[in-house]
Amino acid sequence: MGRVSVTPVEIERPESREAPSSVPEPDVPWVTVVHNDPVNLMSYVTYVFQSYFGYSKDKAHRLMLDVHHKGRAIVSSGTREEMERDVQAMHGYGLWATLQQER
Amino acid sequence: MSGRFEPLPGGGAAIALDEVEISILRSLAMQLAELIGPGDQPAGGGDPLDALFVDGPSKPPEDPALARLFPDAYSPPDQELGPREEKEAREASAEFRRFTENDLRARKRDDALTVVRDLDALGPGSSGAAPAVLELAPERSRHWLGALNDLRLAIGTRLEVTDEDDGGELLRLPDSDPRKPMVMAYFWLGGLQETLIETLMPE
Repeated sequence: MGRVSVTPVEIERPESREAPSSVPEPDVPWVTVVHNDPVNLMSYVTYVFQSYFGYSKDKAHRLMLDVHHKGRAIVSSGTREEMERDVQAMHGYGLWATLQQER
Repeated sequence: MSGRFEPLPGGGAAIALDEVEISILRSLAMQLAELIGPGDQPAGGGDPLDALFVDGPSKPPEDPALARLFPDAYSPPDQELGPREEKEAREASAEFRRFTENDLRARKRDDALTVVRDLDALGPGSSGAAPAVLELAPERSRHWLGALNDLRLAIGTRLEVTDEDDGGELLRLPDSDPRKPMVMAYFWLGGLQETLIETLMPE
């Protein structure tokens, strides 16, 4: 299951810059959060973090444990478009992921 | 049922499956493909390319298993949002869903149907014969892994598996419990998935 995207990431939105109310903090990065669920295997979550993000076995394992014990872990950060891609990929793998602006 | 995948020298995975195992796995994969469905498609036999330009749904599926397979992208399950944030999250989730859900459904359905096709390619099992051996190249294994995980998510949602279950509570169900066969299938699939991951794990 490689990265597949039909999402039109490059849609031009020329007006968005002139809509100050909808872009309050443009410089605050977005993050992808993976949430714990009782079904996904710990080895599978680790496998996904290694194969999709290219994280080392140690880092992937640590993030998996955070998901398992703390209920959530931030697994990547970047622009909103990048995080939408990551969340879409996580849903493709069957992980429960959401994106949000870091506060 | 003791099925487990073994790594093949040079990459890939192999598993011996008897007639009953093949039939259960095929039936579950078929049900998964039907559950996922093609999503909302335009009625009538229009140009298939039109589907590429049709927006997906904007609301989460009502079926809990489907809602788990296609969650809201902007609504964290563990955070209380204020009314304004909640509204924004709902709108952004709807927008995300319109652009991604149809594609995601197609891929998940394809994974499930890959399992069905590979099992069918094993040929008609002569009853009582030795188990058939299924061999998967790594690329094929990844489709299987996706389908096995989606299957466990769907069944786990139906069984209302919780963190505390971890094998204990559900495994101790009496044989008379109507959930028993699905519970057995759930744990069997877990073993298949676990051993398949081992053959794919990057070092």
